[in-house]
Amino acid sequence: MANGKRKVPDINSSSTADIAFLLLIFFLITTSMDTDRGLARRLPPPPDKEQKDQSDKVKERNVLEVFLNKDDQLMCGGEYITITQLRDKAKEFIANPYNDETKPEKYDKDIPFFGNMKVTEKHVISLRCDRGTTYKAYIAVQNDLVGAYNDLRDELAQQKWGKSYANLDEDQQKAIREIYPQKISEAEPKKYGEKK
Amino acid sequence: MGKFNKTGKREMPALNTSSLPDLIFTLLFFFMIVTTMREVTLKVEFKVPQATELEKLEKKSLVTFIYVGKPTAEFRKKLGNESRIQLNDSYAEVAEIQDYVIGERASMREEDQPQMTVSLKVDQDTKMGIVTDIKEALRKAYALKINYSAQPRQ
Repeated sequence: MANGKRKVPDINSSSTADIAFLLLIFFLITTSMDTDRGLARRLPPPPDKEQKDQSDKVKERNVLEVFLNKDDQLMCGGEYITITQLRDKAKEFIANPYNDETKPEKYDKDIPFFGNMKVTEKHVISLRCDRGTTYKAYIAVQNDLVGAYNDLRDELAQQKWGKSYANLDEDQQKAIREIYPQKISEAEPKKYGEKK
Repeated sequence: MGKFNKTGKREMPALNTSSLPDLIFTLLFFFMIVTTMREVTLKVEFKVPQATELEKLEKKSLVTFIYVGKPTAEFRKKLGNESRIQLNDSYAEVAEIQDYVIGERASMREEDQPQMTVSLKVDQDTKMGIVTDIKEALRKAYALKINYSAQPRQ
């Protein structure tokens, strides 16, 4: 009767596909493929009590003051402007192409690939806002300031290598960053004109 | 002509589906790898502002999120319309941010700690006062790399 070996019956595997499909659909639904994007910034380290005096030593011509008030009005370098003018204004300030007396001082600096360049090394853009300013307006200003730097860097990269800044290699990018260092200071806001 | 056996209908041979599970499994693995599950349930509503000069946020495991916005509809009755901060799964005050960030950093690997980024997801109509308070708290916690979350504008 029990002749030969008993064969183990195959496990019916036709449903593994269904199981896998279920899992697949679960992951499809829970996946969020969106990549987060944003404006990357670096905050200054917390202030020391002893350091406080140093920060005031920046010369007036080296500072571009940008104010935002509680009604989202923009003031830049002492006059009211609109957000669309800000980018050009910032670019002119950072690069100082005509060696204007009222724009930042230039210093000689040796930079790889470029040799001796005149750089507005000590410039600072000081961005100040009110506690009542909306976040939207603040980001718009930040965006245009960063955009001004990016534009200048791109222009220089095109001039020198015929490529955009993003396509340069690391050393080249570093050289360009030395010519146009990003200096945006975010001062603590004051409570001008906020209703009490 | 008995050569060809024409008795019975020709049947279509069944398609061999034994490799179907393998195909599905490869797809499954792909999605398992690219998936990042949302860990928190949002209790605030926010619509991030638009900007053009954006950078991608890399290495999700090194990023800590802080959400700011109006409470969602179910909490609005209790909390009103004032902007609130959300850390992890609960509302928080500005004073709690410093401890939270330090705690988050301590849970990272040591070599990753300097790379830590804080992503601020803030509603576009929020007042800057609350954002500045957060920034001050982050400075005190030495979490200096921040990222203002925004959407690309065409």
